Amino acid sequence: MRYHTPSSFDEAAAIAAQASGKTRFLAGGTDVLVQLRAGMVTPDDLIDVKHIAGVRDITRTADGGWRIGVAVSGAEMGRHAGLCADWPGVVEGMSLVGSTQVQGRATLVGNLCNGSPAADSVPGLVAAGASVTVTGPKGAREVAVEAIPAGPGKTTLAAGEVISALTLPPRGTGGGDAYLRFIPRSEMDIAVVGVAVNLAVAAGRITEARVVLGAVAPTVILVPEAALAIVGTSLDEAALAALAAAATAAARPISDKRGTVAFRKEVVGVLARRAAVIALARATGETK
Amino acid sequence: MTKIHVTATVNGDPVEYLADPRESLLDCLRDHLGLTGSKEGCGTGDCGACSVTVDGVLVCACLVLGVEAQGRQIETVEGLSQSDGLHPLQRQFIEHAALQCGFCTPGILVAAKALLDRNPDPTETEIRFWLAGNLCRCTGYDKIIRAVQDAAAEMRGAA
Repeated sequence: MRYHTPSSFDEAAAIAAQASGKTRFLAGGTDVLVQLRAGMVTPDDLIDVKHIAGVRDITRTADGGWRIGVAVSGAEMGRHAGLCADWPGVVEGMSLVGSTQVQGRATLVGNLCNGSPAADSVPGLVAAGASVTVTGPKGAREVAVEAIPAGPGKTTLAAGEVISALTLPPRGTGGGDAYLRFIPRSEMDIAVVGVAVNLAVAAGRITEARVVLGAVAPTVILVPEAALAIVGTSLDEAALAALAAAATAAARPISDKRGTVAFRKEVVGVLARRAAVIALARATGETK
Repeated sequence: MTKIHVTATVNGDPVEYLADPRESLLDCLRDHLGLTGSKEGCGTGDCGACSVTVDGVLVCACLVLGVEAQGRQIETVEGLSQSDGLHPLQRQFIEHAALQCGFCTPGILVAAKALLDRNPDPTETEIRFWLAGNLCRCTGYDKIIRAVQDAAAEMRGAA
């Protein structure tokens, strides 16, 4: 295994593009090292992106959004007051990934590129409308987060492509987001079901919404029908019931040791309701 | 396999070692530096027995490559006690019998110290959530939590 420490993403992409064997990018390493240890993946070229300038920074973009470097850990996100104020749902999704020790290393982009349908940080990112910058041999392009996962353990990134940053849009006024997951205990488990809701409210009515489901399909899924169920409403009981029904209808889970199809379809509706209520309370400033 | 020369600081002392890039920081601490306090329980970041801090951040040493430690400040359980004796956490663990086989203890001590460095007066809930990544098969955890609470109180009193 060759260990590379490029000083730019162009250089990182070039190393990957020229590699003939297995390549892995290393940021937090909380998935890559486990795979290495287990003998699942032994890369020929391991490309550590942490020596690239800016990868540990969280910065305001010119339009009022946030740009998060690919080596920013979950713990660093949780300590960032501005990010927590704007996107609490994104931060709480990431904060559910692993233990204190894992939080010290694990990253948003790593969680995304690991390709798990149950990744806790991804529904919140998709709900927020986050995008990633993909750097490859032909230059850089901006891609919506929901276009990255392709199925369990798979992404749409081509050989020689690397995600070089993640961007959250401006929060704007009257917005709130939330992420909830179901696990059978209080901590340290993989989501059986996850739901993120991001919405904006004006004069008591929801003006826009994005509802995203995790662990109930081969990838995280954005469900426009669930958003339509609450847009234009005050999130009254009828709207919540319609939201739950739309989430349940959109879920296409499998039965496994963590839960059955019927259980997941039921719970995804319950969590959608609860997440929407929390997001609304945050949007109106009732809670943080 | 080309080995890579790494220089770092461990418990305040400058160290150097030659690392195969596949080796974890835990392998390097134990096998190259002879610091066998940090234990390998699972090797996959689940048990916390290898907990160390890197530049003040609590991590599992099994989930860090030895080559990533270049230029970093590492603290392990060996750095906990001072010349005047055991660290209050270590004394309280003995006092409360907060260990039986002891395999998880170095990781829990390092993790608990990282918590108290950040928060000198944590609630029981905060302690339990902070230590959720440190598994113990012997104690049932309660004695560990009491030991950390009493060490925290002692350290606040001493300050």
